[in-house]
Amino acid sequence: MNVQLPTGRELFEPKRPGSQDIAWCPGCGNFGIRNILISALAELGLKPNQVAIISGIGQAAKMPHYINVNGYHTLHGRAIPIATGVKASNPELTVIAEGGDGDMYAEGGNHLLHAIRRNPDITVLIHDNQVYGLTKGQASPTTMKGMKTPTQPWGVFEEPFNPLALAIALDASFVARTFMGYFKESVEIIKKAIQHKGLTIVDILHPCVSFNKVNTYAWYREHTYWMDDHDPYDREAAFRRALESDPLPLGIFYIHEKPTFEEQVPAYKKDKTPLWKREPKPELVKKFFEGKKL
Amino acid sequence: MSEFKEDVSIVLGGAAGQGIQTVEEILTHALKKSGYHVYANKEYMSRVRGGINTTEIRVSSKRVRAFVKRIDILVPFKQGVLSWVRDRLGENTVVLGEKENVEEEFLDKVNLVEVPLTKMVMEVGSQLYLNTTAAGLIVGFFHGDFGAVEEYIRKRFGSKGENVVQKNIEAARKGYELGVKLCEEGTIKIEVERDEKVKDEVLLTGTEAVGIGAFAGGMDFLSFYPMSPSTGVSTFAAQHAEEFGIIVEQVEDEISAINMALGAWYAGARAMVSTSGGGFALMSEAISLAGMAENPVVVHLAQRPGPATGLPTRTMQGDLNLVLYSGHGDFPRIILAPGSLEEAFYLTAEAFNLADKYQVPVIILTDQYFVDTYYNLPAPDMEKVKFERYIVEAKPGYRRYELTEDGISPRAVPGYGEEVVIANGNEHDEWGDITEDAELTIKMQEKRAIKKLETIKKNAPLPKLIGSENAKYLVIAWGSTLHVVEEALEKLGRDDVALLHFSWVYPLKPKVREFFEGKVLIDVENNITGQFAELLRKELGIEVHHKILKYDGRPFSVEEVLEGLKGVIE
Repeated sequence: MNVQLPTGRELFEPKRPGSQDIAWCPGCGNFGIRNILISALAELGLKPNQVAIISGIGQAAKMPHYINVNGYHTLHGRAIPIATGVKASNPELTVIAEGGDGDMYAEGGNHLLHAIRRNPDITVLIHDNQVYGLTKGQASPTTMKGMKTPTQPWGVFEEPFNPLALAIALDASFVARTFMGYFKESVEIIKKAIQHKGLTIVDILHPCVSFNKVNTYAWYREHTYWMDDHDPYDREAAFRRALESDPLPLGIFYIHEKPTFEEQVPAYKKDKTPLWKREPKPELVKKFFEGKKL
Repeated sequence: MSEFKEDVSIVLGGAAGQGIQTVEEILTHALKKSGYHVYANKEYMSRVRGGINTTEIRVSSKRVRAFVKRIDILVPFKQGVLSWVRDRLGENTVVLGEKENVEEEFLDKVNLVEVPLTKMVMEVGSQLYLNTTAAGLIVGFFHGDFGAVEEYIRKRFGSKGENVVQKNIEAARKGYELGVKLCEEGTIKIEVERDEKVKDEVLLTGTEAVGIGAFAGGMDFLSFYPMSPSTGVSTFAAQHAEEFGIIVEQVEDEISAINMALGAWYAGARAMVSTSGGGFALMSEAISLAGMAENPVVVHLAQRPGPATGLPTRTMQGDLNLVLYSGHGDFPRIILAPGSLEEAFYLTAEAFNLADKYQVPVIILTDQYFVDTYYNLPAPDMEKVKFERYIVEAKPGYRRYELTEDGISPRAVPGYGEEVVIANGNEHDEWGDITEDAELTIKMQEKRAIKKLETIKKNAPLPKLIGSENAKYLVIAWGSTLHVVEEALEKLGRDDVALLHFSWVYPLKPKVREFFEGKVLIDVENNITGQFAELLRKELGIEVHHKILKYDGRPFSVEEVLEGLKGVIE
């Protein structure tokens, strides 16, 4: 890679014995995403114990093992609610929910919809390779029409999921798409996503070298372009861009700054102490019982 | 003349939407405040309007905590109530109210005391006050404290404006005066002694006992999806969320609810979900994650009859097997089932310490009967509740899944200490990273499913024996049936019959076996297969000799348990 890597990256390189045996295929786009993520965290000046990555299941979801931050490798599709609980309990943490297109758009689809409504201050990173990799090549919600797979031998005929249009339609707080092949730009987008207050969705296109023979590195370069003249505060324009299918626009589609879940819950209105540091309030329990004497 | 002594069972019945619950609340509060021991429980249909709902209120000179089938005074608010409770009517039952509300077939058979409730409330101005009039009437029978009725009306209707409050008080007063008059005329005679101590006691429901217990245990977060009969606990928590500084969130589904709670615990907070069987079924995937990741979590499950939607507003102890076996793979869990409101308070509070300490799912099993039960009790003592936190600082070299002798690894949380915390739902090494190593797999399986389970068992409390150690017959009960069985045994009055009640249901200490030795065992359960008896057989090799089971979606009554016991013993 001929880019200048930021200092501080080594902080995020894990040294745990189990973290050295990386399960990704040689040439997998996940390596690039890991590099991008590490660089973004380093450039933001974060420390490993200030970040928590909550992942679902799949190759993308193995990220917590290959990076030195707090991590919870959970269940297929459930990273978002778990990340929401983490952030709610400790808003001082930078919380990232990470998974693949199957994880976030299929199994976890309902959680994504409602997380947009709830708007917790978490960053949702979706490794979108348009195929199920870990289970060996079945179609995912974002697989393009016509692609033949072992389980769709007649070719996929379902309409692909459009995560950006959906997120903008639901008035998500921050919506972006990038291709991991563009390192510097991707680092910038992920940094902005992490810094943004509220739920951020970054759809990260990346190739699956083993099971997706259509959407290759070359394909993504040929079928994407960067939006240079787009105003992310213009929702209608963002929606129009999100509907474009070929070439696919890259960049920040939409930003709507609005109050987060943690800002609105009564628990944090007067008291900013993270929930996990709080203790029971025996005097209020006693007061409750006094009231029950009537 | 109808005469009732010491213990009166009053049943009010009407359509959903007629305000039966308001009567229940006014009566229990006012009579308690007047120095009477009270108990109330309701049964209701799964609908918003119409149908028939009833509520039973027992007023007694000594502590009462159990459901009886017997009805002493029945107040029907519509036709159909008498048919609905047909099998509960006895020779001495007094039907109080309007003739129009009594079906023709009953007119010659029951002791009807006609009270022109509708006429009385129309003088006040509207049918809407029917329930407050009825409540006043009954308080009048007991010469209760009318000030308490006023106070309650003010609290309940205050937000609707002074006019509504005044009209309701007027309606209640009309009822009250008539109640006093009926007693003075000798139409109805009630002799129940007052107990001054009751005035200082608290009046709680099962829902409140669980809810306030959770607050006492330091609950920080509650996520839920509404489902009867568990929703009351979530409503309770939401209404006190601001005061206690906790987060209560209604989420998209039960899957989200429990996963959020797992996230909250991972980050160090104390979280609970409240659900019923159908909701818990959806949560089983995350229960399995909690098992593998050793992620603490507290679940309140208010049981109702299943399978599937079953009887949404009725009761059963039918989900023991669900919580016992839920989740794939082997991992320990703790199952608690309070028998009394005191236990519900202390056990729910303790559930958070247990989850924190053992890093397992802790499930509190109640049921519709239990959560909808009211009675007076001395205020639980906050001094007896201990807040035990087991979180450690993640110092350099920290390993989330360190192999230890007792199977308990020190649990650190993200952000506390320099080191990172890696939790994992895949099989993992001591650091939390994925492994497929056979030897390590064996060690981790043994740590979770054997060592940790043994540690929990070793520290588990014993069940409560009520009665003589030398009794020939031992009645076995768990959870919500405690007081019903207890009262049935009192009525039975034999010292060769004792009760063994389990509120710590699983895992059982092997020593529990000793309670059963040489006894005739009678299992009482509110389900069709005797799920707890099965558990005793599987865990301890105990075979019960007799089973008294009830599974019509209704709770056991004292009479039914008594009959069942007589059938076995005599």
